[in-house]
Amino acid sequence: MAENFPELIDTRALRIGIDDGFNWVVANYGEALEIAFLPVLRMLTETERFLQWLPWYVVLLALCALTFVTTRSWKAAVGVAAMLFLIGLTGMWDAAMATIALMLISTLLAVILGIPIGIAMSRSDTLQAISLPVLDIMQTMPIFVYLIPFVMLFGPGKIPALLATIVFAIPPVIRLTNLGIRQVDAEVIEAVTAFGATPRQRLFTAQIPLALPTIMAGVNQTTMMALSMVVIASMIGAGGLGYQVLQGIQRLEVSRGLLAGLGIVFLAIIFDRIAQAYGRRSQQHLNLGD
Amino acid sequence: MTDEQNIKIKVDSICKVFGEDPESVMDLVHQGISKSDLLEQTGHVIGIRDVSLDIAGGQTFVIMGLSGSGKSTLIRHFNRLIEPTAGHILVDGVDVVGMNQRELKEFRRSKVSMVFQRFALLPHKTVLDNVSYGLFISGMNRKKAYDHAMEQISLVGLDGFENHYPTQLSGGMQQRVGLARALATDAEVLLMDEAFSALDPLIRNDMQSQLKELQARLHKTIVFITHDLDEALRIGDKIAILKDGELRQVGTGTQIMLHPADDYVERFVRDVNRSRVLTIGSIAEPVDGALEGLPADTPRIREDTMLDEGFRALATGSGTAIVVDEAARPVGVVTPKTLLEALAG
Repeated sequence: MAENFPELIDTRALRIGIDDGFNWVVANYGEALEIAFLPVLRMLTETERFLQWLPWYVVLLALCALTFVTTRSWKAAVGVAAMLFLIGLTGMWDAAMATIALMLISTLLAVILGIPIGIAMSRSDTLQAISLPVLDIMQTMPIFVYLIPFVMLFGPGKIPALLATIVFAIPPVIRLTNLGIRQVDAEVIEAVTAFGATPRQRLFTAQIPLALPTIMAGVNQTTMMALSMVVIASMIGAGGLGYQVLQGIQRLEVSRGLLAGLGIVFLAIIFDRIAQAYGRRSQQHLNLGD
Repeated sequence: MTDEQNIKIKVDSICKVFGEDPESVMDLVHQGISKSDLLEQTGHVIGIRDVSLDIAGGQTFVIMGLSGSGKSTLIRHFNRLIEPTAGHILVDGVDVVGMNQRELKEFRRSKVSMVFQRFALLPHKTVLDNVSYGLFISGMNRKKAYDHAMEQISLVGLDGFENHYPTQLSGGMQQRVGLARALATDAEVLLMDEAFSALDPLIRNDMQSQLKELQARLHKTIVFITHDLDEALRIGDKIAILKDGELRQVGTGTQIMLHPADDYVERFVRDVNRSRVLTIGSIAEPVDGALEGLPADTPRIREDTMLDEGFRALATGSGTAIVVDEAARPVGVVTPKTLLEALAG
């Protein structure tokens, strides 16, 4: 018989310890946290309600216009129109708007938090050395694991879904902001320093503009990861297209799962095109030479 | 005014050591330990060893050395892009090394500007925004900064290109943007780090001429780094030769050509086309009464003529030419023999 790994410590006690500790946090701070996140919840529900309130053709035209402005391609704009039309046709419109709202707000918050963290990382090698493994863990940890503490803190609903999505989607924007700034030509940085730029001027007149294509690639990846998270997040009450997929599983309806799944794919294509085209445009004067 | 009274930049025993704890090995460096011994014993690398220079105002001072000689490290001490391990740099009597961050910022904004080997322009800004960059970050209002920048753009001959982006321009034009950017802040000291090395030979020639013309008008104090002795001789009022972070010789081009201080300098000098860098005056034999014996139609050559322009004058006539100063007073004679000796080195 194979020898079992010796029980060197009492894991039951350890797990109970962790759980009790977390329960204590929930009991003492749960309510305070819930109140603190109320404005975020409000922002999310208002965005969702607004998108669902808008007539479908307004949303469709707005997204087509945005696609055309960024890609300068009629084909892409027509493609976006067709995909949105199909989403509406299959009865997934409201769910899609809820998904877009969750994705937009979580991406927005991830970017607002992630870019400053990435900038801080680019300035300190110590911070980078500490942060990179943490980001690795965040990206490899199974996403379901994030759901548990957030659900315990806030109960099932949109807030834990939003927070879990942010934690899951934030690593690329942090990583690529850090990388983009570190990759800016050292001679250019030397030049702006030689002309007497302060660290802040250096950041805003040289580092961020030159790192922008890389930062935008990070924003793009973050958007895509947020979108992929919405299916999982629907399990804890995020609603939207993910919820339709979940219902498809529960009721064994292949059609529902497939249509909602296609809707998610369409949204991914649309937002990927827009974000990528924006990244390319921000880059157009940077890499022509050499 | 003599050089001694007009010292703009005084470099005083600058040392730069790279490594874990440079201060700890400074005693060894002062004792004259060799570069390889120091690396072996302590893991530190000497970048600059005890360099002192006096640079006069309005002078083009060239620091010449091959790659690894420490010349780019040295020039970065002038505006403290690199901190020295020991020593001082005084610009107009003020020690740059002792400045705090605020003073250093002001110094970089108003006193000294820099041109870089690979141009180092901001690729996301237009030519106009690049040239006005130094003015813009020091808080000048946009209109005034643009007006001033337009003058510099026209000074370097880039009229009509102000709304182009750097990547749309050729290398030579990009470096002229770099030059205009450096001129725009009206800094008295211009640091040029291998500014023309990345350009192809014809463009490099043009840029050297343009720099000389500008300098004749603007009288900046220019510190110019190069690995090319021809370039150094062409534009430099004074040349310092650097090897392994140590100064080998400082002098005018003619001094270095005619009296190289050691074998190392001599090896450089050997490959230079002497006829283009030596003046007739520098090889003329003094006249001591011999002038009377020469025929009246003996050709006369100005002493500041380069040798290669004197060939024709010597080829005609009796073979001897009289060297005269700017007031046409005779200062000596040259013969084909002295000329050939000078060319032979």
